[in-house]
Amino acid sequence: MPLPSKDQIKELKNLCTKIRIEIIQMLLAAGSGHTAGPLGSVEEFVGLYFGGSVKYDTANPLAENRDIIVVSCGHYAPAYYATLAYAGFFPIDKLKELRSFRSLLQGHPHRGDLPGVETTSGPLGEGLSQAVGIALAIKMNHKKNHVFCLMSDGEQDEGNTWEAILLANKYHLDNLVAIIDRNNIQVSGTTEKVLPLDDLAAKYKAFGWEVIEIDGNDLKTVIHTLYKAKNFKIGPIVIIAKTIPGYGVKFMENKSEWHGKAPNAKEAERAIKLLSE
Amino acid sequence: MLRNGIKETIFLEKAKRETTRVGFGEGLLLAGEKNRQVVALSADLCESTQVEKFKVCFPESYIEVGVAEQNLIGVAAGLAHLGKIPFASSYAIFSPGRTWEQIRTTICYNNQNVKIVGSHGGLTVGPDGATHQALEDIALMRVLPNMTVLSPCDYLEARRLTYLASQWEGPIYIRLNREKTPLITTLDTNCKIGQAETFWAPENKQKATVAILATGPIIYKALIAAKELLKEGIEVEVINFSTIKPLDENTLIRIGENIGRVVTIEDHQKMGGFGSAVSEFYSQYLPIPIEILGVNDQFGQSGAAEELLEYYGLGAKDVIAAVKRILNR
Repeated sequence: MPLPSKDQIKELKNLCTKIRIEIIQMLLAAGSGHTAGPLGSVEEFVGLYFGGSVKYDTANPLAENRDIIVVSCGHYAPAYYATLAYAGFFPIDKLKELRSFRSLLQGHPHRGDLPGVETTSGPLGEGLSQAVGIALAIKMNHKKNHVFCLMSDGEQDEGNTWEAILLANKYHLDNLVAIIDRNNIQVSGTTEKVLPLDDLAAKYKAFGWEVIEIDGNDLKTVIHTLYKAKNFKIGPIVIIAKTIPGYGVKFMENKSEWHGKAPNAKEAERAIKLLSE
Repeated sequence: MLRNGIKETIFLEKAKRETTRVGFGEGLLLAGEKNRQVVALSADLCESTQVEKFKVCFPESYIEVGVAEQNLIGVAAGLAHLGKIPFASSYAIFSPGRTWEQIRTTICYNNQNVKIVGSHGGLTVGPDGATHQALEDIALMRVLPNMTVLSPCDYLEARRLTYLASQWEGPIYIRLNREKTPLITTLDTNCKIGQAETFWAPENKQKATVAILATGPIIYKALIAAKELLKEGIEVEVINFSTIKPLDENTLIRIGENIGRVVTIEDHQKMGGFGSAVSEFYSQYLPIPIEILGVNDQFGQSGAAEELLEYYGLGAKDVIAAVKRILNR
């Protein structure tokens, strides 16, 4: 798929806003869930599913020649689900069922429930391991597909993540692209206060990875960087995408109290108004 | 008398011994030869868990993850996602011990076709001591939905069950042991996932007054006990449960209705283990007296395997005592 044109990027920016409004509405209907992370990560999701670098077929979500997107940060479910729906994996009107009884839109994603969801996630630090396993299986099968793994920065606290980072380097997984949503917040406060991660780029480099740092809320940059990363042929590569948690909704931006709660009706109304401006 | 193709020679002092680990290693090799989708993963213990032979024959299907058990499980789940049949092996205390949540989320809830192999189960790990003696792994694995739990009783059964596991769709835990234990089964012994097998029964099966249900190599103690008890005129049936989950309920019903007294034995904590599973069944559907032999809410310690089994009440004499106790209840 070719990279989107200037006009298409403009359209995709509008899509980002639509998805953000959808996220607010989903969280309001659900009454619980994570707000800041999903809002801040929308350009990453849209970049992955609409940027032209990732090959998939909504009519055949398990097509053998697909690229695989592993969403490790399961608490980003609202952004993930909304993007999948807009990409055409399932009807958009299903989104209002988030977190409800017998819904396919579980509080955290479950493999096999929703078309397009590749792995179960929620407990942090497990996505990169699975992505490494998938990348290894692709190599064993002598195939050329790619694996993309989206992680939150809080997940970089997990030892499990670093075990996977070591192994990806060992096997020179040039078919693996990791994206870290570097929004600097986690449940109890800022990442640097809870457990300092900086210099995260230096850490990955020391572990043998190629690193690209970008503004993760700049859609065009995200799209172009994903394309570049996919075509990097030396080993595993990570995109550290600096984002603003709560992006687009001023009163939520950079506030860790919005990490793990959903808006009430008033707050949702205000948020949608801000997003629609 | 011994049944199911098992020979009297198992009682000889010089009876042949081998580890279930070696059986696993050979079964894995066979599985790899039959199906090239089989992949083996090791966490720096490939020699000890006997994955070595597979590694030599199929280097391109072998992954060494280092001392990183959490990643071992996630990588295995990822491999299974694209149709591989991964056997992820370590010591039971590390996996599933350390990796329980990874197994729960990425394998069981994901329902990925991964085989988790935990070697060094039980007290018989011996000199390494309590840190390395997994006494809780059966409990950890059997509470997980989608999980099948296997615990072979000897080298040959381990080899056969490993091969059968490679053809079984879905998550499986295989418990193995460090020590060489008597070769009990033969190629004439039935071996099927989900099916318990009688190893010892009176000539007239109706005459059994107690059923001894065992899992793992410790069934040998039950067989010795059965032989001793016969000398005193006490007839028992000894049944091997190489599959702990799903439990062979048909066999449990037959035993419950026809014999009505049960002793269980396992090299594992009493709580949550095999005896616990058997009790869950009987207490709900067919209440009968049960004696559970297992480790009684304690940690192990260093020592020779036999010393430890005796100290923690898992010797043949303990089985005999339990049979007599239950006959008096």
